[in-house]
Amino acid sequence: MDSNFSFLYGHLPYWLFITLMLSGLFIVVSRGNLIKKIVGLNIFQTSVFMFYISIGKMKGGTAPILLDKSANSSAVIYSNPLPHVLILTAIVVGIATTALGLALIIKIREEYDTVEEDDIQKMDQKDLKKYNRKNVLETNS
Amino acid sequence: MASEIKQGTLELVNHLPILQVITPMLIAPLLVVLNNKTLSWLLSFLGTLACLFISILLIQGVSDGSILTYYLGGWVPPIGIEYRIDAANAILLFLISIISVIVLIFSYSSLHAEIPEEKHTLFYSCFLLCLTGLLGVVATADIFNVFVFLEISSLSTYVLVAQGAYLDRRALSASFNYLIMGTIGATFFVIGIGYIYMATGSLNMMDIAERASQLGDNRTIQAGFAFIVVGMGLKLAMVPLHIWLPNAYTFAPTVVTCFLAATATKVALYVLIRFVFSVFNYEDNFVNELFFLLLMPLAVIAMIAASVIAIFKQNLKKLLAYSSLAQIGYMLLGLSLMSQKGLASSLVHMVNHGFTKAALFMSLGAFMLNTKNVYIKSLRGLGKSMPFTSAAFVIGGLSLIGVPGTAGFISKWLLLEATLETGYWLVAILIIASSLFAVIYIWKIIEVLYFSECSESYSEVSVLTLIPIWILALFCVFLGINTSLTVDVANMATEILFK
Repeated sequence: MDSNFSFLYGHLPYWLFITLMLSGLFIVVSRGNLIKKIVGLNIFQTSVFMFYISIGKMKGGTAPILLDKSANSSAVIYSNPLPHVLILTAIVVGIATTALGLALIIKIREEYDTVEEDDIQKMDQKDLKKYNRKNVLETNS
Repeated sequence: MASEIKQGTLELVNHLPILQVITPMLIAPLLVVLNNKTLSWLLSFLGTLACLFISILLIQGVSDGSILTYYLGGWVPPIGIEYRIDAANAILLFLISIISVIVLIFSYSSLHAEIPEEKHTLFYSCFLLCLTGLLGVVATADIFNVFVFLEISSLSTYVLVAQGAYLDRRALSASFNYLIMGTIGATFFVIGIGYIYMATGSLNMMDIAERASQLGDNRTIQAGFAFIVVGMGLKLAMVPLHIWLPNAYTFAPTVVTCFLAATATKVALYVLIRFVFSVFNYEDNFVNELFFLLLMPLAVIAMIAASVIAIFKQNLKKLLAYSSLAQIGYMLLGLSLMSQKGLASSLVHMVNHGFTKAALFMSLGAFMLNTKNVYIKSLRGLGKSMPFTSAAFVIGGLSLIGVPGTAGFISKWLLLEATLETGYWLVAILIIASSLFAVIYIWKIIEVLYFSECSESYSEVSVLTLIPIWILALFCVFLGINTSLTVDVANMATEILFK
């Protein structure tokens, strides 16, 4: 029992990561509103950032700063800075994606006058039928 | 390893791997600053020409089986980022560069029909960024760098696809769906990289391979691999994850469709190949079972189902998009056989299908310059009024089916040989069935082109539009007769990958 608890507690960042990741993915899949989809995508991406940062953590580690040479720097435990650096890049990519997604939503709203996926799909279907019917009629004639 | 690193005599030669990637990247912002339509076309054309030249030099450099490496900023891997060119990625660099050159020639005379003139500069700039991303993904040997370049290319691709909104607003929703799916794919890929980093503590492909082999059966690495397969599956439009592709290809401007169909999905497949062979152990049971039980059935479903759907499509761009899905199935099947021959057929088919699909989409684009749409009824009788474009389309179509003497035949033959060698008779029969479906949908178009009454008479498109189409069509024939470029390089690549 005690070991189970310590397993759960010891992997707390991972549980949070999994929860956030799945809720983000669920929002993307289940919501029809395009802006909510982008929000879900952001939560999904943020969960990955959290995952990366948690794998860089060392127990009792400090910030990875170069200490003065007089101190015995090899004995200092520090957190791994590399995942942080990677995730800085990933955050930039995430922001670019969000910005582009929102820009597309603005354009979609201008053209369709809605940001609900269902409505857009209906209008797309109508477009398709219009083209297809015209097409089939003219092929047969 | 050190003996394999080739030391060039010229100073510049040593920098070819980075020049390949950085040339279009440096030109892209320059175009925005200059903000001149004609000049931006000229600069991007020269830039892609330089890329093509570099990629030919790189192929020459690796043609004796050596590996060219480049350490970014002089930092030695695994600390620094390494670019690593061998036969497998040299051939893809060549494909991407040559397709971008040809597509740019085509865009000079056709882009004005699909994109308003004031956006041309930004369009070319985005195009070059997309090119940078694709080249970078292929050149790099650092797994996080793969992600960064993948997103550079994807983000610019979303923009490029959305440009189709000038003609059809559905391009916007297609682009948005692509953005959602693509980002989920990329994020899965990052999770996979995180797992690998967690288990091995390295990001360099060769270094990971070494460290992972010491770890043996490791659940974290296996989970990472599964995440990477799903992520790349989304990017390469593996069948249940393909829903973004048909609409994105249909509503994007022709220039973009040509470029994407010929390169983007292939690059994602290359990443998968690279991970299976250079990062993970291809002999590993987990990898083998994943490919045999999951990817092979999906590839076969793609081959058959997508071909059948293509038959019923009235919009020819959509028809070709579904046929692309089927062709991706062939490539994935070649990979999932996990044999040298299978992988070679997969690599050859990447190149051959790149040229074939680009030729088909480009001649559709030329038809579209006259007919203004790509519905099958608008092509009636165009075989007479546009003989050169139609002939090029037929050559591309034959190559897609796999008629002897064309590029498509070579790769399908290799794939058939590979499946028979491994003893999957049923799969071999299904490959032939899928080719027969291709005959149906290509014949449907040929019939309309040549054997129906001409509804309206159009004049042939300008010579400048015909040149790129015919370069691609001739490549379809050339690669079907002279296989030294594709098959020999692919064989060499598989030997390096299977080492």
